Amino acid sequence: MLIQLPRRNTSDMWPWLGVILVSAVCLLLRDKVAWLNQLPSDLVIPVADWINIYMDWFIDTFKWIFRSINWLLSWPMNGAQALLQWLPWPATIAAFCVVAYISSGWRLSIFTGLALLYMVITGYWSPSMNTLGIVFVSIPLAVGAGFVLAVVSYKSERANRIVQPILDLMQTVPTFAYLIPILLLFGFGPVVGVVASSIYACPPMVRNMILGLQKVPADVLESGVMSGSTKRQLFWWVQVPSAMPNIMVGVNQTTMCALSMVIIAAIIGGSADIGWEVLSTMRKAQFGQSLLAGIVIALIAMILDRISRGFTDRTRAIERRHLSRIERSKPLITALGLMLAFILLSIFVPALRIYPETLIFYPADVINEGLRYVTANYAFFMNTLKNTVLFYYLLPIKIGFANVISPFSWGFSLTSAMVWGYAVVIFVCACWLYLKRSWQSSIAVVVTGGLLYFGLTAIPWLPFILIVTLLAWQTGGLRVATLAFTGLLFMLFTGIWSQAMLSVYLCLAAVMVCLLVGGSLGIWASRSQWASNFLRPINDTLQSMPLFVILIPFLMFFQIGEFTSFLAIIAYAIVPMIRYTEHGLRHVPEETVEAARSMGCSPRQMLWEVKMPLALPEIMLGLNQTVLFALAMLVITALVGSKGLGQSVYIALSSADTGLGLVAGLGMALIAIIADRIIQSWCAKRKDALGLA
Amino acid sequence: MEPANNNIKISCRNVWKVYGENPGQFFTGQNGDVRDSEDLRQKLKDSGHIGAACNVSFDVHQGEIFIIMGLSGSGKSTMVRCLSRLIEPTAGEVLLDGVDLLKISDADLIEFRRHKMGMVFQNFGLLPHLTVLENICFPLKVQGIDLLKREARAREVINLVGLEGREDSFPRQLSGGQQQRVGIARSLAVEPEVWFLDEPFSALDPLIRRQMQDEFLRLQKMLHKTIVFITHDFLEALRLADRIAIMKDGVVVQIGTPAQLVLSPTDAYVAEFTKDVPRVRIITAGEIIDSNKNSDGISFRVEAAATLEKIMPLFNDHPEGLIVERDGVDIGVVTPQVVVNALATAGDAS
Ligand SMILES: Nc1ncnc2c1ncn2[C@@H]1O[C@H](COP(=O)(O)OP(=O)(O)OP(=O)(O)O)[C@@H](O)[C@H]1O
Ligand SMILES: [Mg+2]
Repeated sequence: MLIQLPRRNTSDMWPWLGVILVSAVCLLLRDKVAWLNQLPSDLVIPVADWINIYMDWFIDTFKWIFRSINWLLSWPMNGAQALLQWLPWPATIAAFCVVAYISSGWRLSIFTGLALLYMVITGYWSPSMNTLGIVFVSIPLAVGAGFVLAVVSYKSERANRIVQPILDLMQTVPTFAYLIPILLLFGFGPVVGVVASSIYACPPMVRNMILGLQKVPADVLESGVMSGSTKRQLFWWVQVPSAMPNIMVGVNQTTMCALSMVIIAAIIGGSADIGWEVLSTMRKAQFGQSLLAGIVIALIAMILDRISRGFTDRTRAIERRHLSRIERSKPLITALGLMLAFILLSIFVPALRIYPETLIFYPADVINEGLRYVTANYAFFMNTLKNTVLFYYLLPIKIGFANVISPFSWGFSLTSAMVWGYAVVIFVCACWLYLKRSWQSSIAVVVTGGLLYFGLTAIPWLPFILIVTLLAWQTGGLRVATLAFTGLLFMLFTGIWSQAMLSVYLCLAAVMVCLLVGGSLGIWASRSQWASNFLRPINDTLQSMPLFVILIPFLMFFQIGEFTSFLAIIAYAIVPMIRYTEHGLRHVPEETVEAARSMGCSPRQMLWEVKMPLALPEIMLGLNQTVLFALAMLVITALVGSKGLGQSVYIALSSADTGLGLVAGLGMALIAIIADRIIQSWCAKRKDALGLA
Repeated sequence: MEPANNNIKISCRNVWKVYGENPGQFFTGQNGDVRDSEDLRQKLKDSGHIGAACNVSFDVHQGEIFIIMGLSGSGKSTMVRCLSRLIEPTAGEVLLDGVDLLKISDADLIEFRRHKMGMVFQNFGLLPHLTVLENICFPLKVQGIDLLKREARAREVINLVGLEGREDSFPRQLSGGQQQRVGIARSLAVEPEVWFLDEPFSALDPLIRRQMQDEFLRLQKMLHKTIVFITHDFLEALRLADRIAIMKDGVVVQIGTPAQLVLSPTDAYVAEFTKDVPRVRIITAGEIIDSNKNSDGISFRVEAAATLEKIMPLFNDHPEGLIVERDGVDIGVVTPQVVVNALATAGDAS
């Protein structure tokens, strides 16, 4: 019987068959030809060493400049910290509460007060104020620099072409990586935190401000010009105020980034801040202590986020304008009055200046006890959970069924009959999909099947490079393909390939879970208002959390290891997936939905046949964010023992090895950028096809 | 129906605006007076350039409402922006009171804009962060006029456009019609001599549009500005215009009074625009007089500006005809026969 083959455009399929063939050959030959598995060491280019040599020279020559900057910055820095330490705690709390009130009213004000009281009562006041001191010095620096950069690249196309890729790199190179050169240039001390967080926090400001300036409608600009504005008047009176909503979003994001980086910078020590409290107790496995300190960070993050977001809210800003000048300055006067009163009072009541030791409530030991009880009594449950995920999910992706299946893990050993069976199943699936669906899904099954059998880290580099490059080519054309190809070659020839694959593996494993779980949660939230309301604050909180903090709860229950990293990555990276899925599904054009309903779609058909395809580009953008978030978190999880590029960066940091740090950091950034470009170009194509662009 | 005084306020000579890679190559210096403009347009097209305005010349007289109309993309906005130099014409000259705007310095241009020009935009172009009052004050603020003075002036124009009581609202709290009133008030705040309006009413509902047109005519009766008004709505043009320029693909096809366009369209494009317009409302007695026929036995007089719609009922009582006078002087006679002929040649039975 003749099978009628579906008519399709399969011209793009043939390169894939070629790649699969090459991969099969490589896998067959890999035991005989060593260079397929690992590039011979004499071919590895010692980029890291070169960087180190150059860096040494650079430091010797220009150290004085950076040390002078250090000296210069130490003034505002020490000033801010000294002021915050000197102010009696009730005065500081009063000031914060008033600012919170101005920003968004009573509820936030009360929350702020309680949060700060927590810091007082647990005895974390002093390190918290040190952290805030650094943050408050970094924010104006980052905002100022961001402002200038944004204006320059808005005005000049050429500057923009230079600035944009630098921003991309700054946001994707792991934070640890650029701590190293900063550390070497600026020397130890809290100023490193200021510099690092100003740099790290700058890009969101630049991006949002450029966006804001670009979004100013043409006729608003023209009306400004026709009013006879000079260039300067036009800029300050028309463009900046019109771009203000976006600028404020930038300030909010910059604030959160600054905090996040200040916390991370604690890793190099040198200042008695709250990040250091968490880190040092975490290293000593004093989880009760790190939890209590971690809560402080979480609270600071929430306060800063809510306050700066409150100022972003334009409607309130507008309401305020209707108040008379006296009414407007009322809260400020209240704040100053309260502060002054507390300062005077504290002269007579020392407890107001320094909270008395005896009143401190510090339940760390209780927590540790409880934790010990839980881990002792539920050890079986925890271990089963951990091992199940490891043996049946993580390890197959990492080293493949070929290596993971053994009597110890799966309870039986792999026979050749099973292998053949597996191959046949994959083949049949592929054929069926080719006939019934599309060649793409068929190829996807073959590739995934091969990957799961051999394991990501055991796949020779050649097939991997070919597959990624081909994917990049077919989604994004020559430019993305070139980027992917050179990026992968960079990783290969700088000798970080195997670490890179470890990172890719963990990231991939976490992203898959985010895709499934986050996607489902997003679908749920799009259909139920209750779910949406329930998930939103959780997402907000997770998103504004410094990465460090997310590690703590998982570390408490699962100790150091890959599983803890895996969970922490999911917890952080799942947020965009939920958000974008919900947003995408909720914003499918109303007419289309109505049309489908009038044709008699069941709710199920509506979701899968109508809404999903239309929302897919948006959902994929969420996936893109999820990948970027996962990579960012991956680096941090090096702290709790994940392997890969993050670990390399971390090692480089502790041995002040700029070369290794930068090369590994760049590798990480390249993974992020390649993934980003491929997904983005896919989305753009798809949106175009759907007419949504 | 030439305007009574012939002072030329704005004069636009051979203006070209070409978009594309290297528009300058087609022109030597500023001179837009090319010998064969059709040939040049073809060349532009062949080299992938867009001629948004091609060899446009016209004069606008003092106190006149000059309307530029045409289909979308015909270059109307481009033209009005060339006049105000919001975009730099590729070639040609734009004279305001005899001064070539394209030659003056940036500082002078700013002075011109501060004191001589006002502009109203299709999408209002209001500053979202300022209240109505502050928006209207804005052109005065950039001139450095102090707060009290400029607010006093702003309140005057607010009364003029009937927005009393909304001074402290923000633009997004207003309806489209109200926002455009703010736009109009703002452009009038500096008492400009020339007033540019780029499709000021196109974003509004038909009813509001009609109301705003009346408002506009009322204002113009009081203020006597020199106006360049853009629209793509021929009926709007008819209601407001002293003269109309019709543009097509960057070229001005015809300039004339509404009646001239209706009675003798130069080509099918213009005729298409005027097709649905009731002739009787356009054609005036003065335009169809039979100057040869003597006025024996005719006694009833009508103004030259009276439209056929107005005079036709009079034939019931005066079937012999009517005497047409302009400024008190008899200039000729209209008879029912003349009217029928005029309507017949206009190819329209309405
Ligand atoms: N910045 C630009 N770059 C390239 N082409 C342009 C640019 N601005 C306008 N054009 C082209 O110039 C032509 C005239 O545009 P213009 O905006 O003047 O039309 P318009 O008559 O005002 O149309 P509308 O009624 O839609 O406002 C159009 O073909 C347009 O595509
Ligand atoms: Mg236009």
